[in-house]
Amino acid sequence: MSGMNRNTGLSFHLETAAAWLLAFLWMLPLIYAFWSAFHPPEYATKFDLFAPLSLENFRVAWDQAPFARYFLNTFMLVTVILIAQFILCTLAAYSFARFDFPGKSIAFALVLLQLMIMPEVLIVENYVTMSKLNLVDTITGVGLPYMASAFGIFLLRQTFKTIPKELEDAARVEGCSTLQTLWKVYVPLARSTYVAYGLVSVSYHWNNFLWPLVITNSVNTRPLTVGLAIFGAPESGVDWSVITAGTLLAVAPLLVAFLLFQRQFVQSFMHAGIK
Amino acid sequence: MNRRLSKSHIYGWLLLMPAAIFLIAFTYYPTVATLAKSFFSQGTAIKPSEFVGLENFESLLEDDIFWKIAWNNVVYAVGTIPISIALAILMAVWVNGRLPLKSIVRMSYFTPTILPMIAVANIWLFFYTPDIGLIDQVSRNFGFASHNWLGDPDTVLGCIIAITIWKEAGFFMIFYLAALQTLPPELEEAAYLEGASRWYYFRRVMFPLLMPTTLFVLINAVINSFKLVDQLFILTKGGPDNASSLLLYYIYEVAFSFLDQAYASTLTVVLLAVLALIAIGQFVFLDKRVHYR
Repeated sequence: MSGMNRNTGLSFHLETAAAWLLAFLWMLPLIYAFWSAFHPPEYATKFDLFAPLSLENFRVAWDQAPFARYFLNTFMLVTVILIAQFILCTLAAYSFARFDFPGKSIAFALVLLQLMIMPEVLIVENYVTMSKLNLVDTITGVGLPYMASAFGIFLLRQTFKTIPKELEDAARVEGCSTLQTLWKVYVPLARSTYVAYGLVSVSYHWNNFLWPLVITNSVNTRPLTVGLAIFGAPESGVDWSVITAGTLLAVAPLLVAFLLFQRQFVQSFMHAGIK
Repeated sequence: MNRRLSKSHIYGWLLLMPAAIFLIAFTYYPTVATLAKSFFSQGTAIKPSEFVGLENFESLLEDDIFWKIAWNNVVYAVGTIPISIALAILMAVWVNGRLPLKSIVRMSYFTPTILPMIAVANIWLFFYTPDIGLIDQVSRNFGFASHNWLGDPDTVLGCIIAITIWKEAGFFMIFYLAALQTLPPELEEAAYLEGASRWYYFRRVMFPLLMPTTLFVLINAVINSFKLVDQLFILTKGGPDNASSLLLYYIYEVAFSFLDQAYASTLTVVLLAVLALIAIGQFVFLDKRVHYR
């Protein structure tokens, strides 16, 4: 009843228009990127509905920078980080969720400290460490500071705590060791947390820039973001249309995945945020 | 009982060990090392690094660029945080309501979150370009003269703030959306039956109930205002004349362009101190003030 006048009044239409306008503004950079990338360069700043379509910019961009290699580097980077995060965080989360040991609460507080002091803040000192370990300009070097993630440990610990202790006891009775119990009981039941954390982690590291910029210095290790920054730099003299085409190339896999699994993405970010 | 307890100790520590080694190597050790380095001079080929006490901090206090950048960072935080939180709430309320084309609108708001800052900065660079850029093309129709948005010290930080709000608001919206979905719908119905206006319902019922979310988002937003500097690499490189530089960007410049690690460590200590203050603030405020004021 009360919903009726709220759905038909002038203010409802005004609000709808405002919400749509904001949505349009939020999409505008992407809309422009598509416009400029799919039209010949002379239309990059001239908006004509009948401008001819063209894929030439993508070809030029693909030829001008080693995008295939950058894709491979980013792909390896996010995979290595994700696997290491899953292993390290699962073990630590299990420890915090189900074991008692002296110093546990201090250890947990120390872990949470990393939520504040993210690897980005420590680029100077971590660079020194990587050069001592001879890992400058390697994909391992890019990944190492992120592998033990406080966020992942926290998220999995919360999930593990909700799993009934009886299930663990039953597995023990059947003769499962500690690691077998973890693998057969906890990991399968926390699947949705792994999916959520995985999506957040992959999109974070696909997009990460500052630390990879510091630690890489060759085509064979540079991820897409760093490659794109070099490609788009004014010194490189590439024109707008080609830059936007390159930009779309770089974001395409993540964007397509997002459009296909939109609900999953949104729910993962929600899930990860609420804890 | 006792044996079982000690077994639990051992397993507990063993399971924690791998993650602990990584955290020590790449978080705790570098934090302590940074602190230590801030008390030493930068070594050169002729003159090795030596203990200088608070000398680095003295030069920090006399460094005009540092003060300019610290102020920029304050402006950046104050400019981005309230607007992105307000927009996030507005977006969440709209998307949670009976809006036509809701799912497309929600997708539009959220899309900037999953795009790399580096990539979108390339696109925004075009918007800000004088004469041919989108902003100048549109404003010309309204009779405004063209303007060098990123080249003018008075507007450059505003441009950086705008792109950050655009990037963050949709991300924060998600948390509000999750919180709104937990509010019982009867609450809203009851408020309207009592004759409350929408604004009154928002101010007196919804907003107070969203307080825990706002606090969580606020902390994230404050941290972001010290962490999000990627766009500077594409748009301005901190210029003109450091008018758009931020603390983390300055640390990067000092460490990797000017190759002064001692001073970069000193600047990092400042950043760490700010983050520690945020952590303490979070700790103090988290239990109080969250619910119903």
